[in-house]
Amino acid sequence: MSSVELLFRIVIGTLIAAVGGIVIGLAAKGVDRKLHARMQGRVGPPLRQPFYDVLKLFAKDNTVPDNAVGWMFNAAPVICLAGAITLLLYIPFGSILPVLGGHGDLILLLYLLIIPGLAMVVGGFSSGSPYATVGAQREMVTMIGYELPLATAVIAIAAKMNELFPAEPAFALSTIAAHPLWGEMGLLGIIGFAILAMIMVIVTPAELSKIPFDTPEAETELAGGLMVEYSGRNLGLFYLADGVKTVVMGAIIVALFIPHNLSPVFTGIAQGSIGAYMVDFGFFLVKLAAVVFFAVTVLRTAVARLKIAQVVTLYWIPLTMIALLGLILMMWDSVPMLHIAPWLGGA
Amino acid sequence: MARLNKSFDKALWVFHVNSGSCNGCDIEIVAALTPRYDVERFGIKLVGSPRHADVMLITGPVTKKLSEKVKRVYDQMADPKAVIVVGTCGCTGGTFYESYTLDGPVDNVIPVDVYVPGCAARPEAIIQGVVKAWEKLEKLRGDSV
Repeated sequence: MSSVELLFRIVIGTLIAAVGGIVIGLAAKGVDRKLHARMQGRVGPPLRQPFYDVLKLFAKDNTVPDNAVGWMFNAAPVICLAGAITLLLYIPFGSILPVLGGHGDLILLLYLLIIPGLAMVVGGFSSGSPYATVGAQREMVTMIGYELPLATAVIAIAAKMNELFPAEPAFALSTIAAHPLWGEMGLLGIIGFAILAMIMVIVTPAELSKIPFDTPEAETELAGGLMVEYSGRNLGLFYLADGVKTVVMGAIIVALFIPHNLSPVFTGIAQGSIGAYMVDFGFFLVKLAAVVFFAVTVLRTAVARLKIAQVVTLYWIPLTMIALLGLILMMWDSVPMLHIAPWLGGA
Repeated sequence: MARLNKSFDKALWVFHVNSGSCNGCDIEIVAALTPRYDVERFGIKLVGSPRHADVMLITGPVTKKLSEKVKRVYDQMADPKAVIVVGTCGCTGGTFYESYTLDGPVDNVIPVDVYVPGCAARPEAIIQGVVKAWEKLEKLRGDSV
């Protein structure tokens, strides 16, 4: 492929990922709000509500407070949205390969995941409001909190990949997507893998600042926290970034834990045809909706907000311990169990 | 006011200010959010910061201590914006009419678009007030187009 062709592919791919990510993200937010309302016994807003919200926010004035650092204040929402869209370029959607698939892996994804959160922190600190400062500090502390279980889950998967398929790059999402681990391990490994999936589902609401981990935004105590001084277009950009981040986290969980495709089931559809891509993409959307439903909607309906100290303690001690247990079980799976516990069978 | 698009009516974010109210109207505002009345059906949402808000829902007769704060909150809201007064106190002063502790009623302090009388105003009346605010926004759109 010539470099012009590659550049063309990247530009078009980025445009499609940006538009698609924003549309799917807003739709996911709409579904989330509708289901949240239904579970509370309300009728709830129409599914198109997030689109109305964004159009309205872009029509409003964009206020920059006097004691804000203007350029940083205005740059933060753009960086946040751009960071979230960049993440989309590395994640496979169904059988559609990522635009920049060959250039990055899971480690890069972990680092890129920090950028939207960091942009929010910068925006909060630069807005010159004590509420925003407290919110920004809480966001940083939350990020420090959930990195540990998140990294444990990713390392466990990569280590297993390296062990089972030493010829392929262990951290590449394409390797992980090509070999769903469920069928490759014994009972212990499957239990460990399920534990790690649960950990990722619990990390998601913190990444997205959703109840019970929405301490940085905490409308009732911090009046919106990080976002307190943002209005109009800037708030709209953060709103879009939140939608895209929802898609990103959902897509990462789908890619790591349920990368199965539906098209091989239908023998009538040729592999690699447009039809197969459509079927896989539709199935991907269903999986994404299921992940968002459990990770965001059910959790935020069922529980109240935690205090910031509780958030950090929860991530650092119980959840990291559980994630390490998952890791140990997955590693143990490959040890010949007959020497240790013959009744377990093992690999 | 060419910036007022149709999405504006469907996504009103509300900031609630208590300017010395007895809490009666505030409870009715919260009641409008409950499953029985569920104003989120119409895209109406309570927000925590005046910067995010399109509508200021103000209760109470505006005491001297709070009139500066009410003005500040009004200035902090981004244009275009609307103000809805909920309760008799805010509309006329009510039982506190001509009290020496008041700077109010609300329209002495900030421009008001919709008055919702009642002590306390019923949730139905508050929703009706929001509908009146829509009509005002529609009229503004009609002028500009």
